[in-house]
Amino acid sequence: MIKTNNLSKTYRLGKVSVHAMIDVSICIQGGEFVAVMGPSGSGKSTLMNLLGCLDQPSSGSYHLENFDIKNLNQNQLAEVRNKRIGFVFQNFNLLPRASALENVELPLLYGRVKNSQILALKALERVGLAKRSKHRPNELSGGERQRVAIARAIVNKPAIVLADEPTGNLDTSTGNEIMSIFSSLNSEGTTIILVTHERAIASFARRTIEMKDGYIYKDKINSEIAV
Amino acid sequence: MLIFDLFKMAIRSLIANTMRTFLTALGMIIGVASVISMISIGEGARQQTLSTIAKFGTNIITIKPGKKKTRHVSSDNVNTLVLEDAEAINTLIPLITGVAAQVYRSAQIKYGNKNTNTTVRGTGIKYLEIANFTLYQGRYFSSQEVRSIRRVAILGSTVVKNLFGDITPIGKEIKIDGSNYLIIGSTIPKGALSWFDPDDQIFIPVTTAQKRLFGVNNIQSIDIQAEKIEDLEIIKERVESLLRIRHGIRKTEESDFHVQNSSQWLNSWGDAAKTFTYLLGGIAGISLLVGGIGIMNIMLVSITERTKEIGIRIAIGAKKSEIMQQFLIESVLISFIGGGIGIMIGIMISRTVSKIGGWDTIVSNQSIMIAFGFSVGVGIFFGYYPARKAANLNPIDALRYE
Repeated sequence: MIKTNNLSKTYRLGKVSVHAMIDVSICIQGGEFVAVMGPSGSGKSTLMNLLGCLDQPSSGSYHLENFDIKNLNQNQLAEVRNKRIGFVFQNFNLLPRASALENVELPLLYGRVKNSQILALKALERVGLAKRSKHRPNELSGGERQRVAIARAIVNKPAIVLADEPTGNLDTSTGNEIMSIFSSLNSEGTTIILVTHERAIASFARRTIEMKDGYIYKDKINSEIAV
Repeated sequence: MLIFDLFKMAIRSLIANTMRTFLTALGMIIGVASVISMISIGEGARQQTLSTIAKFGTNIITIKPGKKKTRHVSSDNVNTLVLEDAEAINTLIPLITGVAAQVYRSAQIKYGNKNTNTTVRGTGIKYLEIANFTLYQGRYFSSQEVRSIRRVAILGSTVVKNLFGDITPIGKEIKIDGSNYLIIGSTIPKGALSWFDPDDQIFIPVTTAQKRLFGVNNIQSIDIQAEKIEDLEIIKERVESLLRIRHGIRKTEESDFHVQNSSQWLNSWGDAAKTFTYLLGGIAGISLLVGGIGIMNIMLVSITERTKEIGIRIAIGAKKSEIMQQFLIESVLISFIGGGIGIMIGIMISRTVSKIGGWDTIVSNQSIMIAFGFSVGVGIFFGYYPARKAANLNPIDALRYE
């Protein structure tokens, strides 16, 4: 499903080159639940951006579902982000003027999917928020907003959901609720890759990749999985 | 994304910032309204000038005396035209339907205890026809009366009104500079121009005017009417050469008269009025430009403000072209709304002007289409740069933007 080979990313800040990620080679199968951990500046967000096709690597290759990302043009990458990958962010990133339903509907509109309202409502039901579909983000609690964001991420039924610290702005119990949604999505076959720096959150995943200074320094299967 | 959804989104974001949208559109409103009203006012003024000028006839050649030059010394003598010149033209030049020699001066007219100051025009029997006057009552003087230097007069309608009011003037006698003249006719009003009222004059035989009233031998102008407008140039040339021979002017010398072609006059007037219209339109066009820059300005602000939104849209699969379309539609919508309101206001302004100013304004479909097309064009032109800027945002930076 996901295969990277010596993937590196170097940012240029004036004359100084910053190596955000160095020679990352990972292989993630369909249906896996992976947590990426590491201190800030370790390159985990860079990895997520590259996996999510929001950024291009400086060197190395990235194959997504056997397609070499290098060979895709801008419009095809947009389609990959729209159909193949769902994003969940730490700060939710919902459109403030749109209702929950409209936020969830948006990927369907960009993907020109018919019956978008019905499908969007189903996705909201899936995260238990059908009743709040007419509310705007500022009328929802943090946990509810994140659930809307998850609904938006899964509405096009992507194979992969990328979550960048999805519980970072939530308290522990709300965070656990969010994580159980990810668990149940994973049990239905969705590949989930999430970035976190909390061990407790990482323990929901079956595999943990730990990064440091742009390298992967530990990649292990979790023995105990939180439920 | 379907264009319909893009429109819906654009309208929603315009409504969310109603005040800002209105102020942005205001630039377009003022621009389009001023283009429409200025062009309509200029166009109305032009049409009116042309139609009033056309009342004086368009197939007319006018000869006026000029300065006589002898051995490069020009004298002040402008009495170079005489009645015989007019007669010679009448008999020797082909393709013409009439010649009218004229002397005119303002004089004091009295009837009973009323008096008025008006232009007395001594002229020939063809003058009414050439100058597009129509008799209202009575008759015009005959060639017999011209030859025998009779004291008869035809009154313009303004003179009739001033001296007689509602009484029929035919058969009455008026005093011009002290001598009695018999009124034999009056003319239908032609309508006044702002600088000149053609109905405020009286017509008497040219011989009477020369010998009995003004005591002169020269004439002040000769009007020649051509059968067809196309012949004006040929007639003009022939008249020129005839008069040069009659006045004994050598080849190297300048003529002591001027020949003017009324259609040239009309054309140059029309051109001047057109230039005036373009000038007005051009000045108004500048405000359209300023309005467009206003749109660009606001769109740039709006894009900076919505950087994060753009990042989100890219992350969930918006194509560059879709981001660009979204912002282009917004700017075009603003200019479209502004253009629409501007047209209505422009029409209102030109109607008000024609009501207050008392002259017709012409709002042509053409000017509406041009103004509207321009406003939408301005929307696209000035919306393009901000929209492209939005589409080219780096999604990662955009998502991090606070």
